[in-house]
Amino acid sequence: MAVISPPGIGKRSAPGLSPPGRAASRRHWAGWGFVSPFLIVFALVFLAPIGYSVYLSLYRSQLIGGTRFVGLDNYQQAFGDHEFWSGLGRVGLFLLVQVPVMLGVALLVALALDSGRLYGRSFFRISIFLPYAVPAVVASLMWGFMYGKRFGLVASINEHLHTSLPDPLAPGWVLASIGNIVTWEFVGYNMLIFYAALRVIPGSLYEAAEIDGAGQWRIIAAIKLPAIRGALVIATVFSIIGSFQLFNEPSILKSLAPNAITTYFTPNYYTYSLSFAGQQHNYAATVAIVMGLVTMVVAYAVQLRGMRKEV
Amino acid sequence: MTNKLLRRWAPGIAVAAAAALGLTACGSGGSGSDSGTDADAVTSALAKGGSITVWAWEPTLKQVVTDFQAKYPKVHVNLVNAGTGNDQYTALQNAVGAGKGVPDVAQIEYFALSQFALGKSVTDLSPYGAKDLAKTYSPGPWNAVNIDGGVYGLPMDSGPMALFYNKKVFDKYHLPVPTTWDQYLDDARKLHQADPKAYITSDTGDAGMTTSLIWQAGGKPYAIDGTKVSVGFDGDAGTAAFTKVWQPLISEHLLSPVVPWSDQWYKGLGDGTIATLATGAWMPANFTTGVKGASGDWRAAPLPQWKDGQHASAENGGSSLAVMKAGGNKALAYAFLQYAAQGAGVQARIKGGAFPATTADLDSQAFLDTAFPYFGGQQANKIFSQSAKDVLPGWSYLPYQVYANSIFNDTVGKAYVSGTTLTDGLKSWQDKSVDYGKQQGFNIG
Repeated sequence: MAVISPPGIGKRSAPGLSPPGRAASRRHWAGWGFVSPFLIVFALVFLAPIGYSVYLSLYRSQLIGGTRFVGLDNYQQAFGDHEFWSGLGRVGLFLLVQVPVMLGVALLVALALDSGRLYGRSFFRISIFLPYAVPAVVASLMWGFMYGKRFGLVASINEHLHTSLPDPLAPGWVLASIGNIVTWEFVGYNMLIFYAALRVIPGSLYEAAEIDGAGQWRIIAAIKLPAIRGALVIATVFSIIGSFQLFNEPSILKSLAPNAITTYFTPNYYTYSLSFAGQQHNYAATVAIVMGLVTMVVAYAVQLRGMRKEV
Repeated sequence: MTNKLLRRWAPGIAVAAAAALGLTACGSGGSGSDSGTDADAVTSALAKGGSITVWAWEPTLKQVVTDFQAKYPKVHVNLVNAGTGNDQYTALQNAVGAGKGVPDVAQIEYFALSQFALGKSVTDLSPYGAKDLAKTYSPGPWNAVNIDGGVYGLPMDSGPMALFYNKKVFDKYHLPVPTTWDQYLDDARKLHQADPKAYITSDTGDAGMTTSLIWQAGGKPYAIDGTKVSVGFDGDAGTAAFTKVWQPLISEHLLSPVVPWSDQWYKGLGDGTIATLATGAWMPANFTTGVKGASGDWRAAPLPQWKDGQHASAENGGSSLAVMKAGGNKALAYAFLQYAAQGAGVQARIKGGAFPATTADLDSQAFLDTAFPYFGGQQANKIFSQSAKDVLPGWSYLPYQVYANSIFNDTVGKAYVSGTTLTDGLKSWQDKSVDYGKQQGFNIG
C-alpha cells in the first residue's frame, strides 16, 4: 500500500531565492489554506473513523455492567481468539491458491489478446471483462443457484450425465466454490490491467527482438513480462486486499449453506457477526483493526518484494 | 439473508393475502375495549391525544393504526418499519444507546424480549394493570412477556405448534399420520425408502425449531433468575428425548437438506418431496401465498408427542408489543398496546391472517369453525387452539437468545454436515452460549 504524502512545498524553495522569514511564514499559511479542503475531508472520512475504531477497541460494553475502559484487553482476546485465527487462516489459504490462479489466467488471456493473432479480439476482451460489471451480490446469488445440488446446474449435470459431482456447498468444497466465483468475477478486471500495460510497450522493442531472431516465447519472457512487472505487482496487491476482505460471497452463500459457512468464516464476516448479532461493537472494532494491520503488512511486503529488482 | 432467516420468527410477514384464508368470517367474540385496566392515566392520555411512534414490521398493524386513529382522532400514530427482527433490534439497541430516536412502542419477538427487559430498555407494564391480564392470553405468550415478576409487553400474536403434513403423499404411501415422534421417525424411513426423492421434512439446523421441540419434550435447558443464567443441554431429559429421534433422522439422511424459506423449499412443499412441517400456527398464510399449487394437499394435525398419550405442545415464533423506557408518552403508548393486542385491533389482525394470542379469540366458536379451503376445508383452528392450551409452562429463553441463535449453525449445524453428533453440537452451543454470557457480565451458574 503506497503511502501518498503531499510534497513539502514550503521547504522546497531553492536556497538562493528563499525570501526572508516573515514572507516564508505567510506563504506557509497560504499553502495550508489551499490544502485545507482536502485535509478536512481527509480527516473526516479517513482519520476520524480509524480514530473512532481505535477508541472503541479500548472499551467493552456489557449487557450487565455497562461500558468500561479495558485498555488492550480486547487485543489480547483477539490474539487468543481461535475463531478469528481460523477465519484468517481460511482467507490466507484462499489468497495462496485463488490469487495465483486468477492472475495466471488473467495474464494468459492478456498475452493472448496482445499477441495480435486472436480473431475477434474486442469481443473476447469485452466478454471476459463483463463479469466484473456484475455486482458481487448478484454474482454470488447466480452461482449459488448453479451450485444447488438438488435443483441447480450441478443437479442437472448429475442427472443428465449420471455423474455424482460433490456438493459444491459442502463444508469441504465451499471455499473452492467461493474461489471459483471470485475468479470468474475478477479475471476480466485483472486482464484489463495487464492488457493496458502491454499496449504501452514500444513497438520498436519487438522489431529489435525480431531482428535478433527472438521467438514469441522469448519476447514474452524478456520483454513483455519485465515491462508489466509494475502492473503485476499492483494487481497482486489489490487481490491480497480483496482476499482479506472477503465478505459478500460467503455472506450470500450462507443462506444456502448455513452449516458450511460459519459466522467466523472470514475475518470480515466475523466482525459483522460480532457487531450485528452479538452487539460486541468494541471487540468487532478490535478485530477490524488487527485485520487492517495484517493486510497492510502483507500487502506492503509483497510490494517491496515485487518492486525490488525493478529500479 | 437475514430477512429470509428471520421470516420464521415473523409470523404473518407474508400474510398480506390473508383474505384467501376465509378468516373474514371470524365473529366478534373478542375481548372488546372494556379490557379492565383502571389506570386513569391511559384513559386521560387518549382523551388528551398526542403523537406516538411505533416500530414494527408486522404488516397487519397498518390496518390497526388506521382504525385506532379513526377511533381517537386526536391521536397520531407514526408507524415505522425499522427492519425485520434482528435488523430492528440492532436499530433499537443503537437508539437506546444513543438516547435519541427511541420509539414509544416496538414490536419485539418473544425470544428477544427478555434481552430488552434485562437491559431495562422496555417498561414494566404492571402499573397500567397489565398484571391482571393473565386470563386474557394463552399460557405460552403470557409466560413469555412475564419476566422477573414484571410484564414487559403485551402478546400480539402467537405460534402454538402443529404438524402440517401433505395428505396426498401420506395417502399414496399408506403412511399413518404420526402421533408420536417415534412414529414420525418410522414414517420418515418408510417414505424415503418408497421414494428416494421424498423426505419427511427439511431441516438444515434451525435454532427456533430445535428449542421449540426440546420445550415440547419437557426440556428446560435455560434457567434464568435475574442476571443469574444457566445453560444445560447435557443432562436435560427433554434434550435427550429430542436427540434420540433427531439423530437418526440426520444420520440416516432422512431430512431434506433444503434451507427453509428458499425457493427450493417452497418447491419441495408443493411437489411432495417435503412431506411434513412442524411449526407455528401462523404458517397457513404462508402456505396459501407461497405454495399455491398444493392447495388441498395439506392438512394440519396435532404435534406428535414424545411420550404416547401425552398432550404437550410448545410455541414457535410470535411477537409482543412493548413500551420503550426512553419513549415520551408511555400512557398513550400503553393505550395503543391495549387497542392493538387486546381490543378491537386483535380482530383486525385476525382478519389480516395473524394468529391471535388472546384466549377469547382462540375460544370463539366462529374462529374455531373457520374452514380452511387450503386444507381441504379442515377446521384447522381447532387444532391450533388446542395446541395453544397444551403449551408446556416454565420455558424460558436466554436473555441473549438473539446472539445464541446466530451461532446455532456454527455449533449444532456441524451435526448436519459432518460426523459431529447432535449431542456434541448442542454441548458446544451450550459452551459458547456460556462464554458469551460470561463476557456480557451474567452470573453463570
